[in-house]
Amino acid sequence: MKESPIGTSSSGMLEGQKLQGMVVKRVEKELYEIFIGPQHPGSGHMRIIVRLDGDVIVEADPDIGYVHRTMEKLSEVREWLKPIPLLERMTIIDACNATVPYVNALEKLMDKSPPPRASYLRVLLCEINRVASHLYGFGIFGVFLGHSTMYMWTFGDREIFVDLAEILTGARLTHSYPIPGGVRRDMPQDFPEMARRAVRYMRGKLEEYRRIFLDNPVIVKRLEGVGVISRNKAAELGIVGPNARASGIRYDVRLAEPYEVYDELDFEIPVFEEGDSLARTWIRVEEIKQSLSIIEQAVDWLERHKGEPIIPKEDYDKLPKLHKEVYEKTGRVKLLPVNATMKIPAGKAIARGEMGRGEIIYYVESDGGTTPYRVRVVTPSARNAIVFKYIVPGHRLMDLPAIYGSIDYFPPEADR
Amino acid sequence: MKPEELLELLKHALGGLAKEVTVRKGYVEVLVDADSIVPVANKLKELGFDHVKSVTATDYPKESKIRVTYHVSSYLREDLAKPILGLSVDLPRDNPVMESLAGVWRSSEFQEREVYEFFGVTFRGHPDLRPLLLIPELAERRVLRKDFVVKEESIYEGVPHRYQ
Repeated sequence: MKESPIGTSSSGMLEGQKLQGMVVKRVEKELYEIFIGPQHPGSGHMRIIVRLDGDVIVEADPDIGYVHRTMEKLSEVREWLKPIPLLERMTIIDACNATVPYVNALEKLMDKSPPPRASYLRVLLCEINRVASHLYGFGIFGVFLGHSTMYMWTFGDREIFVDLAEILTGARLTHSYPIPGGVRRDMPQDFPEMARRAVRYMRGKLEEYRRIFLDNPVIVKRLEGVGVISRNKAAELGIVGPNARASGIRYDVRLAEPYEVYDELDFEIPVFEEGDSLARTWIRVEEIKQSLSIIEQAVDWLERHKGEPIIPKEDYDKLPKLHKEVYEKTGRVKLLPVNATMKIPAGKAIARGEMGRGEIIYYVESDGGTTPYRVRVVTPSARNAIVFKYIVPGHRLMDLPAIYGSIDYFPPEADR
Repeated sequence: MKPEELLELLKHALGGLAKEVTVRKGYVEVLVDADSIVPVANKLKELGFDHVKSVTATDYPKESKIRVTYHVSSYLREDLAKPILGLSVDLPRDNPVMESLAGVWRSSEFQEREVYEFFGVTFRGHPDLRPLLLIPELAERRVLRKDFVVKEESIYEGVPHRYQ
């Protein structure tokens, strides 16, 4: 399809009008072309250009990049620690899951490993994030389907997990919690009890979600058999996370290559066979249940191992007296200026982690300097975007929100 | 599967096509010639490496090359799900052209578009090669290459240093 800027269009209709950035092009007479977005169609700015025959989609072109924030380039000009608060802004609702693999990549290059307590704290926050991320996804999905009760409920319940994260780290969303070799803060003493109460509450709420949303005949009619992705198709498109697992692919980074302490924890990876929007919705409910169980196990472990270090001994020894006092009294790790200008041995490393929406992968290259030579990050939504192009055509236009919502696509995460 | 087993498997499958095989931190890198990338990719796919996790390029202005790496792994063969294989080619920096692997692994289609816009690498045979994230004007400037320098602005610029 040829595009020409306004003013040079051969139709002559818009001759003389020059609107910056606008293009005009001929489409076939039988087809409608609809631009959905980029004014925030769901969660974040993105556009899908769909061509319709009647109300059947014949072609869909995901036009993404509206919230591209040059994270890969910026990481190259900032010192090693500074990309941590930068990268978590891809997915502020899933911040710890997004930064742990970056920190893991640095640790691989530095040959450093965090003490077990730090790993457990990371896992605890990761799972709190995962629950919050799924609830956020449900809320947006509810709005897509015109089910505003689900939106209100899940956003209200998500607040509990955001609060937990705030109590643990000091920040609601962008925690900047993991640092190479450890975490920045220990758990408050009364945290385990709060976490257990949150878990108890959430388990009860999941049952109510089922009754009002998942078993709702209207919702089931709109989701069942819609946007079916077969197992082979899912592998071919390389989609990730709950979307792949809803299509029968048994892949979860926590299972394939357990990072942190996931190999010490007892949990299951739910896998569904159907591959439709309904399966993708149900799998998230099952994952929330598993995450709640991991949160319980993590706080139990942390309670049993009070007072263990959260940074490696060699780092602790380097701290000046005042910093040691703060660390011992309040459990906070105050970083030194030397951490900001640290050098990391030359090498190439890959680290991956399982975010709420799927696998995130970091490729980090160091030339031995104070900044990364190259940071490549591929987020789950970036890999799921291909679904719009290959799965959506053939469906009716009203199925598009159902598919969009069910793959839990998040533009800021995809655009990086 | 352990890295040693993977190395053995690769040696057996690729034979002389691999120029260099290196065990890196978290993945195994296989460097091949740009001409043999498609047959190698097809062989890897036959082995069970069914999807691309990441298509990365790195710019090395000193050596005047751009290295494009496809990080591939498997979904359908569970024993291959753990290792990550980095399939790399070195391209000349002034005219980086290579065959697209979107025909072999469809999962690389969007990411090849990214490498195209950020580094100016042209993928021959790509079904739809146009910028993905950037606007065309910015994509022209190959922003992730090392010679594109981020201009830093300071709020203190032009302010007299009165307090020094």
